[in-house]
Amino acid sequence: MRILGKGQIDRNRPISFRFDGKTYQGYQGDTVASALLANDVRLMGRSFKYHRPRGVLTAGSEEPNALLEVIGATNQTPNVRATMQEVFEGLNTQSQNRFPSLAFDALGVNDVFSRFLSAGFYYKTFMWPRAFWEKLYEPMIRRAAGLGRLSGKHDEGHYEKAYAFCDLLVIGSGPAGLAAALTAARAGADVILAEEDRELGGRLLADEPELDGAPARDWVATVEAELRGLPNVRVMTRTTVTGAYDNGTFGALERVGLHTPARADLPRECFWRIVAKRAVLAAGALERPIAFPMNDRPGIMMAGAVRSYLNRWGVTAGKRVTVFANNDGARQTARQLMAAGVEVAAILDSREDASAIEDCPVYLGARVTDTSGRLGLRAISGSHVGGDFQIETDCLAMSGGWNPTVHLTCHLNGRPRWNADIAAFVPSEGAVPGLSVAGAANGDFTTHGCLAAGQAAAIAALAEIGVTAAAVPLPRAEGVPYAIQPLWLVEGKGRAWLDFANDVTTKDVKLSAQEGFTSVEHMKRYTTQGMAPDQGKSSNVAALAVLADATGRGIPETGTTTYRPPFTPVSIASMGAGGRAEGFAPQRFTTSDQASRDRHAPMIEAGLWYRPSYFPKPGEKTWRESCDREVNMVRSAVGVSDVSTLGKIDIQGKDAARFLDLVYTNTFSTLPVSRVRYGLMLREDGLVLDDGTTARLGENHYLMTTTTAAAGLVMRHLDFIHQTHCADWDLRLISVTESWAQFAVAGPKARALLNAVLDAPLGDFPFMACGETQVGGVKGRLFRISFSGEEGYEVAVPSRYGESLFRDLVAKAEAMGGGPYGMEALNVLRIEKGFITHAEIHGRTTAFDIGMEKMVSAKKDCIGKAMAARPGMVGEEREQLVGLKLSQETKAFGGAHLFTQGEAVGREASQGYVTSVCWSPMFGAMLAMGFLKNGRARHGEKIRIVDHLRDLDLIAEVCDPVFHDPKGEKLRA
Amino acid sequence: MRLTCPLCGPRDRREFYYYGSEDYLQRPGPDAGPEAWDDHLHLRDNIAGEVRDLWYHETGCSQWLIVTRNTVTHEILSTELVADRKKKGVRA
Amino acid sequence: MPELIAKTALSDKKPATFAGTTLAEADPGPVASIALFPGQEKALAKALKPMVFPAPNSFTENGGVRLVWTGRDQAFLIGAEPPALDGIAAVTDQSGGWATLTVTGPVAAEALMRLVPLDLRPTFAVGQAARAPLGHMQSVIFRTAADGFTVMVFRSMARTAWHEIEVALRSLAARAALI
Repeated sequence: MRILGKGQIDRNRPISFRFDGKTYQGYQGDTVASALLANDVRLMGRSFKYHRPRGVLTAGSEEPNALLEVIGATNQTPNVRATMQEVFEGLNTQSQNRFPSLAFDALGVNDVFSRFLSAGFYYKTFMWPRAFWEKLYEPMIRRAAGLGRLSGKHDEGHYEKAYAFCDLLVIGSGPAGLAAALTAARAGADVILAEEDRELGGRLLADEPELDGAPARDWVATVEAELRGLPNVRVMTRTTVTGAYDNGTFGALERVGLHTPARADLPRECFWRIVAKRAVLAAGALERPIAFPMNDRPGIMMAGAVRSYLNRWGVTAGKRVTVFANNDGARQTARQLMAAGVEVAAILDSREDASAIEDCPVYLGARVTDTSGRLGLRAISGSHVGGDFQIETDCLAMSGGWNPTVHLTCHLNGRPRWNADIAAFVPSEGAVPGLSVAGAANGDFTTHGCLAAGQAAAIAALAEIGVTAAAVPLPRAEGVPYAIQPLWLVEGKGRAWLDFANDVTTKDVKLSAQEGFTSVEHMKRYTTQGMAPDQGKSSNVAALAVLADATGRGIPETGTTTYRPPFTPVSIASMGAGGRAEGFAPQRFTTSDQASRDRHAPMIEAGLWYRPSYFPKPGEKTWRESCDREVNMVRSAVGVSDVSTLGKIDIQGKDAARFLDLVYTNTFSTLPVSRVRYGLMLREDGLVLDDGTTARLGENHYLMTTTTAAAGLVMRHLDFIHQTHCADWDLRLISVTESWAQFAVAGPKARALLNAVLDAPLGDFPFMACGETQVGGVKGRLFRISFSGEEGYEVAVPSRYGESLFRDLVAKAEAMGGGPYGMEALNVLRIEKGFITHAEIHGRTTAFDIGMEKMVSAKKDCIGKAMAARPGMVGEEREQLVGLKLSQETKAFGGAHLFTQGEAVGREASQGYVTSVCWSPMFGAMLAMGFLKNGRARHGEKIRIVDHLRDLDLIAEVCDPVFHDPKGEKLRA
Repeated sequence: MRLTCPLCGPRDRREFYYYGSEDYLQRPGPDAGPEAWDDHLHLRDNIAGEVRDLWYHETGCSQWLIVTRNTVTHEILSTELVADRKKKGVRA
Repeated sequence: MPELIAKTALSDKKPATFAGTTLAEADPGPVASIALFPGQEKALAKALKPMVFPAPNSFTENGGVRLVWTGRDQAFLIGAEPPALDGIAAVTDQSGGWATLTVTGPVAAEALMRLVPLDLRPTFAVGQAARAPLGHMQSVIFRTAADGFTVMVFRSMARTAWHEIEVALRSLAARAALI
């Protein structure tokens, strides 16, 4: 019900929104919770386990009950707290965890059987018979489990990530936070003030104390205006600081667009990584419930929340309110309600010596012993020194005291300390380096104390980073000490809830202790108390108190569970902002990309690169037709392929040759200028790292090529060797992968094609030669190397000319009966020729395995040499590279295992495996490469290939891996 | 977590690639024998306290750093360039 | 004889403006890496004149030619052909290997700080440079004006860089429209 003249909503801006299909009216400034309460809707959700009817308990992000699904155009978000979701025109929400409707929920039957569903129920019940687990129990539990539903579709919403830096991060904008921010701001410090709510003010808005004799709201507005006007201050509302991390890093979630209809380009949320030299935590405190029998009915709320709804939104949560508390603070609720004209049925104060000055019945030494009302509170039963009583009431405002919001101080393993004066845990000093705590978060519950502490914290924090801040005038405020007498639970017949979100009752915690789960961490896991939505916010301390009592220990000895980030849920979408589709990973395109796409080449990912698979010609129906044609084209005429993706590293200096001798197994200091040599690189543990060709461009100038896959890895490796072993050498390395567009030209007509393109005809240019060349006046490089087995060249020009050269090469090649070839043909050509890729040098193979042990020079040391020779790295027991050939056409069988014919097929009997497979149009056979135990001695043997994935069982002939032109006559033609 | 690159200044942890203990800097001689090599490559102490390990400023200046840090307090005690360290026992 | 046509990485992209801030591709002309050999500091200083080899995290400028620090003992000479530096420094042509983007306008720093984990507000002054990640990409970033940055990324990744900066600018424009 709305109270005239109360609240800060904009009554000139009515807003329609939907809840469970029905349209309700709220005002600008309302949350779903405040608007529903204003419409007298108390039932907002169903509990997790027992499907109990639930209403809103709090007015903040700690809300355990009123969890909704928000249905938008691009997404469906479950478990949204009704207390945090602001209403906007067209907002569509629905309740969750109920079927068919909120008022009648079929799984409410769980509640009837609740005494069988106590803690550990699942562990005890679904043990046997064992066979039932998979078919019956698990599917059944899965159907019943979970809160809320996802749409099952991609979240098409837009999310954002951002970085921020500041001198001082102030977390929370209640009296302590505002005083801290104002003090730091006036000192000229670089300040971020982060506030979870949409408005600054914290409890100043909810409690409306007087500051300097005027409403606190006035002071908040003045301070806010000043802060927002200063260039050195960033005020971030709707921003929850969710985690504290090492070295002054904080995570924060900003709700950017969740309070408006979706708009193009507007992020829904932004996940901030804030780096702060110092931080002040002024996050306030969370009020805790009392565990009395049947304390979970809609209408039973936190007393502070009842005040919030009254003062911030002009809403009374009931027409006839009862207050039940163990501290002074809650009395405010009764007084403010009465001042607003709301009937207060009674105050039940658990303390026998409390005052009784209010103008309503006040019961001292009182307890609530039972409640009634199926879908909403109707009445309570109570007892006090004078006996038992019953009160008809539709709202019970309870307060078991306040817990300082210590969460962030525990994120780096800090343990909070028990303060008996306020019966609560307070932060340990220095728990997070660079973060100090002020105000209610530190256990200081007076407005005056909060203001002063906030200011002092800011001055001290800034002094540590060399900024002198002066005290600023602070408003006069009340300083009445907080008086509390702990009351955690009221014994009685009915269940008394501790954790509303997870349906954990006092009985569950006691049972846990009884069954031996007496450690707080064990109790948490056994009962699920404090897990999932609650995260120990409203339930934690009361549960500890019950556990402490059940185990005969004190609360400090019992300790708390560990608070971990995030403080409130952070959507995965915001942490992965921008990471969908195009933004998943950088996309690398070659200079020939558009030319390849123009020819309708399907692109395939090679690492981050996109490379053409094949270039279909009209009439070709399958990739194989195109691939076979391209292979034959290279073998009989000429093919052109973009090989720019291979890593290229420019190595210069007087010690360049020496360096290459160290990193390669073979020798490069002896390589003549203008020649290329194949090199093999090992890891220090003796396994093959990479291979490739390196050209000597000048006496002190080499150009190394790496495989596409290992380009980054090799660069890191070379940097490591250089900086750790020979930083003082005359040596410089830099990647030039991106600087050059490089094209393979291969086939019997390769030379003819080059002569048609190069400015001067090729003279004597033998196999493994390299040198400068010129194309259309542009200086380039030419290498005579081949990855196909045919006469092959690679011509390189500066990248900006790459597209142009590719188009020209392809056009001229086509005129000669040749054309472009893609990755598929490239793969067939290299398998036919027995050239390895990272399919073969996959990180478990040695130089010996691939038949290159002779390339490990005996004359010099190299990286990996010592370990390459250790026992087990060479010998008959190793799986060695072999070729495999079978004449019938089959599915590709990469990954299949090899077995000796006539012997068992099984893991232990595996003789090796297949790494690369293709159909060879030249040989009319399936050709493969693989590793076979003692394989080089087994050429000619028929071996069995078993592929369980593709259901193949084949016989192939073991042979040398070089099928095509084993003598290399074509290469040297 | 943040590391101060001696060249680039304080940077976010995501810019760095972690490699492991600085033991990798002490490369045994080619004839040191399999045990020395096994020790060099594979055997590491798991220290609760101060450690020195290697980080590569991969998306920054491409320098390898030696970072001294405390695995218990998470304090970063110092960072230095591998290339700048006093040459000792370096051979190749 | 063929005539080769030079193309920058994003030659098809027109400048795009959001929230008053413009993303555009620039053609900086020649780019060469100059990597000093050990002990050649003085010889390099002499050979580079009137250019000055930059201190880490900065660039120097002379008549529109820039020398941008890119690593230990390494800088990129942008906008002019490098002098002969045989034996003094390793010179490597990097022209065309990098795509050069400029981001100019009131939210340039804010947009880049969605992608780069660095404080690029005015404390990162004109004349400062950094090697830093832009999203998952390596980059060279330097401030050329109070409201202007130059961002260099590998040529092959230019489209991703453009896409990510454009998304950041669009988000900021949408945020600005909210108020």
